[in-house]
Amino acid sequence: MTTFLLRRIALIVPTLFFVSLLIFGLQQLLPGDPATALAGEDRDPAVIAFIRQKYHLDEPLPVRYALWVKGVVQGDLGESIRIRRPVLDLIAEKLPVTGELALIAVLISLCIGIPAGIIAAVKNGTAIDYGTTMAALWGLSIPNFWLGILLILLFSVELELLPASGFVSPGESLRQNLLTLIMPAFVLGNFFAAGMMRHTRSAMLQVLGMDYVRTARAKGLPEIRVILRHAFRNALIPVVTLAALDFGALLSGAVLTEQVFTIPGFGKLIVDAVFNRDYAVVQGVVLFTAFAYIMLNFFADLAYVVLNPRLRT
Amino acid sequence: MTAQTFDHLSTEEALGEPPWQRALRRLVKRRAAMTGLAIVVFFILIAVTAPFISPYDPIATSWAAVRKPPSAAHLFGTDDIGRDVLARIIWGSRASLLAGLVSVMLALAVGVPIGLFSGYAGGALDGTIMRLIDAMLAIPFLILAIALAAFLGPSLTNAMIAIGVTQMPVFARLTRAQVLSVKHEDYIEAARAVGNPQYRIVLRHIFPNIVPPLLVQATLATAMAIIAEASLSFLGLGQQPPSPSWGSMLNTAKNFMAQAPWMAIWPGLAIFSLVLSLNLFGDGLRDALDPRRE
Repeated sequence: MTTFLLRRIALIVPTLFFVSLLIFGLQQLLPGDPATALAGEDRDPAVIAFIRQKYHLDEPLPVRYALWVKGVVQGDLGESIRIRRPVLDLIAEKLPVTGELALIAVLISLCIGIPAGIIAAVKNGTAIDYGTTMAALWGLSIPNFWLGILLILLFSVELELLPASGFVSPGESLRQNLLTLIMPAFVLGNFFAAGMMRHTRSAMLQVLGMDYVRTARAKGLPEIRVILRHAFRNALIPVVTLAALDFGALLSGAVLTEQVFTIPGFGKLIVDAVFNRDYAVVQGVVLFTAFAYIMLNFFADLAYVVLNPRLRT
Repeated sequence: MTAQTFDHLSTEEALGEPPWQRALRRLVKRRAAMTGLAIVVFFILIAVTAPFISPYDPIATSWAAVRKPPSAAHLFGTDDIGRDVLARIIWGSRASLLAGLVSVMLALAVGVPIGLFSGYAGGALDGTIMRLIDAMLAIPFLILAIALAAFLGPSLTNAMIAIGVTQMPVFARLTRAQVLSVKHEDYIEAARAVGNPQYRIVLRHIFPNIVPPLLVQATLATAMAIIAEASLSFLGLGQQPPSPSWGSMLNTAKNFMAQAPWMAIWPGLAIFSLVLSLNLFGDGLRDALDPRRE
């Protein structure tokens, strides 16, 4: 376990180093003088001078990179040119909104994807399996911003049941909060559910052919117990890892979903920043999501070892 | 004497059906995959013949025909500034297909050589390249594409570059994994033993054996690239107005949902059917190329 842990951490360090290089490198893509570009549309000389000094633009590239990394390690992700606030504060402010949206989306997708995957695997080769697999393919192919628009057309415009956009914090009114989030969470969860169904199905198909499942059946255990206790618990292990890999898709989806339903979250933050040419915010958000992704996959690998007794040595 | 004994056996028969022919035969039998292929071909035909089949100029505005519902004159209706939706869907297919094709070609052109090199070279160099690939994969697809489009400036070309760059690591990793799995096969050892130079072993002996999984991945990646282009255009970071793109049409449609729902239905349906068809075809291709399935 300790060796695994050390080896896994040893992999994270160079990955984080390259992520930092990539994100720092983004700035170099800006055409012309970065200080002028970073200053946004106003091109205020005072702002340009401030940026030049703040990002040490007169220093050579390696020095600038080192200074930038030093800042990042100390929690300084730069400052929004537009709102003149630290990027980290902005992220901290928007994160709970996206977090809640993503959490509900994941819950919805687990409730749909896992049972659907189990049923498809158990009924392998039947019309039920075919139908579920097809539904998952639909889920993977439908652009979620279009699904969002269709749901708004149906539930907000036609039926007038749910609000089309906006966000109410749970502190203000939990009921309103859930009403505003249910459609976006379904839209976001749809893609995740489809992936979850495919992962569960293939993991279950593999496990159902194992000797211990045959043994459990031979013992005369009820089928439902064989499926849930003996097969599913083992199938869950790869599903956890694959779900962590889908986390990136969840964040990408959140950007679009928040745009469709005008939810003031993380995704809206990066899109608004792009249009305001608020590059520090763009960089900060990218850095933060990459870090979150790397850590999440680290913990998923850890969970893999903890859940799988065969790897626990 | 021996030669005479085996004379009646042609090489074809001795080897059985060539793998490509077998895959093709199995692919043709898959109805879902063939339906997918037919729809993709249909969209390609639309894109190619756009100037001849489009009923109107896709960027010609008409104040007399603002937000008109579908009718005989405008089969799919008109948009907020009186442009024909059908004409824009027809012309918009070009942006989608081009983005799908160009970005995947870019990802293949960069990713496959990296994977071949990294997998064949092995050692510390391979380790370093793979950490760099991990780093690229750590940044969520659309977020990296948004960041690249933001720093490069919004345009269809930059969106294609951004999508290609974000898909490259997937191909590099897949190629490397395939190289590792065939690298120590007997026929590679044999090629090495007879004194083939390194580049020839990689290009002539390893590469042809890893093409099938790359082909499947490329099909599925095209579907993803088309969604990605539509997503970037939806956010305003892809095709710029007034040029038509399905994603940007949905972006405008979002503001007129109550007044002109048709503006939102058709572009979305176009993206959905093209992407679904590519996925169907890709899944069928994977099954057909998998020798373990019959």
